[in-house]
Amino acid sequence: MAFFLETLLGGLMSGMLYSLVALGFVLIFKASGVFNFAQGAMVLFAALAMARFSEWIPGWLGMDNLFLANVLAFAVAVVVMFVVAWLIERLALRYLVNQEGATLLMATLGIAYVLDGVGQTIFGSDIYKIDVGMPKEPVMMLESVFEGGILINKEDFIAALIAALLVISLSIFFQKTATGRALRAVADDHQAAQSIGIPLDRIWVIVWCVAGITALVAGIIWGSKLGVQFSLSTIALRALPVVILGGLTSVPGAIIGGLIIGVGEKLSEVYLGPYVGGGIEIWFAYMLALVFLLFRPQGLFGEKIIDRV
Amino acid sequence: MKLRKLAVTASLAAIGLSAALTAPATYAAEEQFFPVLAYRTGAYAPNGAPWANGYVDYLKLTNARGGVNGVKIIFEECETGYATDRGVECYERLKGKHGGATVVQPLSTGITFALTEKAPVDKIPLVTAGYGRSESQDGSVFGWNFPLIGTYWMGADVLIQHIAKKEGGFDKLKGKKIALVYHDSPYGKEPIALLQERAKMHGYELSLLPVAHPGVEQKATWLQIRQNKPDYVFLWGWGVMNSTSLKEAQATGYPREKMYGIWWAGAEPDVKDVGDGAKGYNALAMQHGAEQGSKVVKEVLEKVHAKGQGTGPKEEVGQVLYMRGLISAMLSVEGVRAAQARFGKGKRITGEQMRWGLENINLDQKTLDAMGFGGVMRPVQTSCLDHMGSAWARLHTWDGKKWNFSSDWYQGDEKVLRPLVISTAGKYADEKKIVRRTADDCKK
Repeated sequence: MAFFLETLLGGLMSGMLYSLVALGFVLIFKASGVFNFAQGAMVLFAALAMARFSEWIPGWLGMDNLFLANVLAFAVAVVVMFVVAWLIERLALRYLVNQEGATLLMATLGIAYVLDGVGQTIFGSDIYKIDVGMPKEPVMMLESVFEGGILINKEDFIAALIAALLVISLSIFFQKTATGRALRAVADDHQAAQSIGIPLDRIWVIVWCVAGITALVAGIIWGSKLGVQFSLSTIALRALPVVILGGLTSVPGAIIGGLIIGVGEKLSEVYLGPYVGGGIEIWFAYMLALVFLLFRPQGLFGEKIIDRV
Repeated sequence: MKLRKLAVTASLAAIGLSAALTAPATYAAEEQFFPVLAYRTGAYAPNGAPWANGYVDYLKLTNARGGVNGVKIIFEECETGYATDRGVECYERLKGKHGGATVVQPLSTGITFALTEKAPVDKIPLVTAGYGRSESQDGSVFGWNFPLIGTYWMGADVLIQHIAKKEGGFDKLKGKKIALVYHDSPYGKEPIALLQERAKMHGYELSLLPVAHPGVEQKATWLQIRQNKPDYVFLWGWGVMNSTSLKEAQATGYPREKMYGIWWAGAEPDVKDVGDGAKGYNALAMQHGAEQGSKVVKEVLEKVHAKGQGTGPKEEVGQVLYMRGLISAMLSVEGVRAAQARFGKGKRITGEQMRWGLENINLDQKTLDAMGFGGVMRPVQTSCLDHMGSAWARLHTWDGKKWNFSSDWYQGDEKVLRPLVISTAGKYADEKKIVRRTADDCKK
């Protein structure tokens, strides 16, 4: 029982981390109708900026304070992500207003390759470290209830809390603020939004900035866990089943989807894996997503699209 | 009229230019072409780049020393991204350049599997120092594969010998649990046959835990390790998978002292990001470790880097994977030298002659010392039947800051390895209808 609980908790915490990346997809789709394939590249770019500036800033300013260096690096990385968002709008999206979804998807594919290449050219392709003081050693809980207790990974637990906080903030932003409402209007119909005076270019910059900050938070957490290197950009592939499951337009859906995928893949690997040779957790997530696509294409919380003929 | 003349002249110039561009590339007779299949981008770049830097730096050093009896090495790099399809594409693109490739080193077991059937057709030797197919040590079947100075079966064999020694003898392994955490690819699966063979002999329990590419998600794997509590964990990872394993071991409280990695899981990029979290972790050293103090490294710094021709960061010269690349290049260069000794000193050699050279490498300690490899590696002697040439390895341990040697030398046990090599190579020969090479064939 203790082992089952450990696996379950491990899955839930991994799921929260997937949700963090899935949020980037949802935010941009919700606000602009673009399926942003560059989300993984943005996570890598943001994490590289954070890792390298936290390394360079102490040298430039001649200081030795890790906390201050991290704060300054975070501020600079936010500015970098704002510039990236502005450039994406200025150089790519501006010319694609009212284009088909597939065209926009292809544009984000191109953006992903550019960000991957430029990021590694500017910041390097080695493994870099983000040290934000996350605890690495595990803790044991409920030792009196279960023999040997239940192992909890403190780092994952804190990361899950940060992800939850970010989700709550973003939900409030979308539901309760004027900008949030404007973002949702743009997502519904570009032309209609423009006709009532919503500035499309500014809205797109805002949403890419928000997605950039989400990518930065995801990059810091994943980078602190795995080290900052190219594989971070593949994390986005883990978030794809999450958005399929949760629905592309729902922030809570990204969270629930993440949790289901996280728990599903861990339990499947541990309990089914040994019977089929192991290594099944990645394709299991996609299988789960495929089943959802068959029966509920809009995902758990996505909006059902009805076209009148 | 003037216009017509101009048009004719322009057309002739265009024809001449296109002919010049499409004509077969001419090459100097005293040059030997080495294609470099490398990966400096993608998920495995942090490990692939230092290997490539060491490889290329040694080729530059060879030229700085005057070439191989005056024959200069020319090389061209091609990015494989550690992907088999791109590796094959690179091979096809480069194999015929500059008069033909001398030797190919794919730095990927997957690419090696794909090229094994192409090499005999193209007559280009494949050097896979420390990787590739373990049974390709049998040169009578795998005439063009050279897993020089180490195969995965040999590495796994040494690891079992080491833990048996720690436990107080092979009989003490009975009932012990060993978990193999491996990259779910041809590379990661290679040691399984040997470990299963040894498990039958000594009675330990082997559990197999595959990790999907690139290896960043291992939570379920380590939860299983926590549940099964193996006595030892063998790590057969590459790239980010290695550091992730160490971080997960830390997060689940598995002692790093009981973890043993293959030589591709025992370099600086695998541990530097984990730091103290990897303290006590052991890995095989494919003879060499980090060798910043060696004579050959000092020579590279003096003759290549000091002249602004270094390939990577100066501070990484002499690190573990850099040395692996450097030694891999050295073994090929020595193959050229051996071939020249038979087919003509100072002459360009063909792929077939290179094979003969690689089958007749004889680097004794005196030669190695003279080349600056004293203390770095042990003597190597290949033959037509033995394409590995040396079965020695030792272990090194990470102390939180650097790798330190932590064991004596071990030699792969021929009594265990040879039958497995012969039987597996035999099956391959039957399947592919390959006639084993005879003693006469070996002389060619």
